[in-house]
Amino acid sequence: MSSRFKVQSSKLLNQFLYLCLSVVICGSISSIQAQNDGSEQNQTGRAGTFTIIGARIVTVSGPTIESGTIIIQNGKIAVVGANVSIPGGVERIDGKGLTVFPGMIDAGTNLGLAEITQGVNASVDVSEIGTMNANAKAIKGINPHSSHVSIARVNGITTVLSYPTGGIIAGQAAVINLNGSTQDEMAVIREFGLVINFPRVATGGGFGGGFGQGGPPLDFNEAVKRRDAQIDELKKMFRGAENYLRARDAYAKDKTLPYTATDLKNEAMAPFIRGEKPVIFTAERERDIRGVAKFVAEMKLKAIIIGGQEAWKAADDLKKNNIPVVYTNIYSLPVRDGDPYDFLFEAPAKMLAAGVKFCISTGDNGQEVRDLPYQAGIAGAFGLSREDALKSVTLYAAQILGIDAQLGSIDAGKIANIVVTDGDILEPRTNVKYVFINGRMIPLTSRHTRLFDSFKDRK
Amino acid sequence: MTAVRGTLQNTDILIQNGKITRIGKNLPASTGARVIDATGKYVTPGIIDCHSHTMLSAINEGTFSVTSMTRIRDVLDPTDIAIYRALAGGVTSANLLHGSANSIGGQNSTVKFKWGHPVEDYPVADAPPGIKFAMGENVKRSTSFAPPGTPSRYPRTRMGVVETMRDALLRARDYKQAWADFRAGKTKVPPRKDLELEPLVEVLEGKRLVHAHGYRSDEHLNLLLLADEFGFRVATLQHGLEAYKIAPEIAKRGTGVSIFIDSWSYKLEAYDAIPYNAYILWKNGVNVSINSDSDERMRRLNLDAAKVMKYGGVPEEDALKMITINPAKQLGIDKRTGSIEVGKDGDIAIWTGHPFDVYSRVEMTFIEGEIFFDRAKDVQMRADMAKEREMLEKLDVNKAPGSGGTPPAVPKEKRRGDRDDAEYDDGGNE
Repeated sequence: MSSRFKVQSSKLLNQFLYLCLSVVICGSISSIQAQNDGSEQNQTGRAGTFTIIGARIVTVSGPTIESGTIIIQNGKIAVVGANVSIPGGVERIDGKGLTVFPGMIDAGTNLGLAEITQGVNASVDVSEIGTMNANAKAIKGINPHSSHVSIARVNGITTVLSYPTGGIIAGQAAVINLNGSTQDEMAVIREFGLVINFPRVATGGGFGGGFGQGGPPLDFNEAVKRRDAQIDELKKMFRGAENYLRARDAYAKDKTLPYTATDLKNEAMAPFIRGEKPVIFTAERERDIRGVAKFVAEMKLKAIIIGGQEAWKAADDLKKNNIPVVYTNIYSLPVRDGDPYDFLFEAPAKMLAAGVKFCISTGDNGQEVRDLPYQAGIAGAFGLSREDALKSVTLYAAQILGIDAQLGSIDAGKIANIVVTDGDILEPRTNVKYVFINGRMIPLTSRHTRLFDSFKDRK
Repeated sequence: MTAVRGTLQNTDILIQNGKITRIGKNLPASTGARVIDATGKYVTPGIIDCHSHTMLSAINEGTFSVTSMTRIRDVLDPTDIAIYRALAGGVTSANLLHGSANSIGGQNSTVKFKWGHPVEDYPVADAPPGIKFAMGENVKRSTSFAPPGTPSRYPRTRMGVVETMRDALLRARDYKQAWADFRAGKTKVPPRKDLELEPLVEVLEGKRLVHAHGYRSDEHLNLLLLADEFGFRVATLQHGLEAYKIAPEIAKRGTGVSIFIDSWSYKLEAYDAIPYNAYILWKNGVNVSINSDSDERMRRLNLDAAKVMKYGGVPEEDALKMITINPAKQLGIDKRTGSIEVGKDGDIAIWTGHPFDVYSRVEMTFIEGEIFFDRAKDVQMRADMAKEREMLEKLDVNKAPGSGGTPPAVPKEKRRGDRDDAEYDDGGNE
């Protein structure tokens, strides 16, 4: 009996070991396959109650706490302060010599929509076919397992806006946290803003963010005519959607009226036409930004501008219409030879001085989103205070995205998107020591650390 | 920050006749010297970018895959505003290279950014000549297809690229032999001078530096093996995004690597790039430089060097070397520039703070003792230019159409019946 039991038990043990082994093997096989097909398992970290003790806490929203404690519980910042009594049963992190920041927010990326942009079209889902794609939703194209996700977050970027491009009405942007196995797990706002490439006067110059790139130079008056025709087309899209919605409403109330068949594109316009959700316009140059302001006023829209090279010059129009700017041009060259060399480095400081609400974004399609802190830092070298430079990638971005009640600063009750570093988070020499997203402790691993580990000791 | 002998505090530098003549504390200023107070500021050697296409009015001669006869020297544009913007980022020298469309692109030019000087002043006269080789996606034209109706260009695979290079080098070896035979009196007729093969003979003789564009480690290694076969050393692997995978093989051959610090994932062959590349190469004793390959990135190479400290933990001075003395060595100009030492050219940058600090700015940039960027002067010039612009806008000829200004007279081209291109071009464009 006892020997039989032994046999059985060892059988069980063998089965258990076999199971463990196969998990290990499968795990390693799947990670190899993942590397081959351009996606990988972004580990989702572990939940728990974490206490960071004795750290410098840069709250962003209020004064910096030189030595304080944060308790992270149920995904939220439960407590933050200088004198906090620490409950039992929590995981303690010694914060001595470390600084705590809110996770950074990049409000103008295409992260997750494109893995390799050049030459690997199969991995690119940024631009849909056609000029009007109001129903195209970035959240449905974002790859939660893109290697760009973990690369960005291990450098302290925890939330991004990811938006589609192409056509006139490109589709709907999503606000996502950089953690989760599914699109819905990542989503902060699944369907956020409607992206419109605002028609611009394009004579073949170097300004991006609209139509007319490429092709031979155009006569200025001809370019203005084309722009006006495209704006008319855009207005027709809006009016068409309004009419559609009115007809649908009328039929809902009175079934004797003619039925209007469902049109997904027009249907998708509803919250934006009604001003419930923002429309995101790409625009760079003063006259195009003023054109956006005029359009927004006429159509009574809630709006955001992405790009914004010359936004400070159109401050009056932007303020009048409450249009904030997601500034994406720190790593851009000034368009005109005669522009000062630091024209685009100084723009954030000029926006601040002119009273334009703004945040700083990489405008990147994913892989370089991790440089967000350095872009804010450069603005800090050219006129912006260090405090405002930090706010421009945390609280200001959260405010523009309308998520500042949940994210963007370290305050009790907010979502625990937190980064712990050994120095100023905007400095390129600073190392990130811990990252929390939704209160989960995220492993500081990525495609890069794995390749590093594989080759660092090769003889 | 000397880049070779540590960081000296509260130190003076004397530059005379373009050279650094003294470094020390409380140096007496010689009569007539301009004294620049840099108290509390940082001074570094001028930054050297080992991979740039700044100031080039043409980059690829894409009709053939071997265009070793073409010279960057012939397409330098000294009015490119990118030169000035690079100076404003502390850059003083650059390796101007052909693009990467061809297996063998052409002859490089190592220049100093003497903005405002005539183009003859740009090339560094005693810099050893170089040549661009390239492998991988760009060479095999992965993303740029031949126009409809024209044949695809050979090579189209990595196999073909290696054979194209081997063929060119073999032809150069035969050409060299043909001249040797003629000179030895073995043949009676001199070989025809071959502009394609002459620079490749210099490569075989170790007189011309090979700067080889590539991404994947296997293709870099294939080039190193090819160079072994022909008995020359490859000066630099350019980009070398996967160089970390073959660091020992590179170190053994004394080949340098000039990399992006952390660009990746923009094309398939850049998918295995990691920011720890510099660290692994450095640890293996490879000479590493950080380049920009971009008018934009060139302005912030100091921050790229700072990242070397973050990714792996290369010490500060070795990180600074990667944008100063290391590229100087790779280009063979380290005797004259790349560090702050007595006897070297006065190529320096003055910074408001530590050059690896994101909040720092360049105050002044010198080349051979001459100031080519001065922020205070730049800011002053903006005000002057704004005034001039305002004045010009008021001129009658510059008034907007329809607002009463006299439209400027547009000169009309004289049509000539005997023009060579008359039958093709009726538009009057020369």
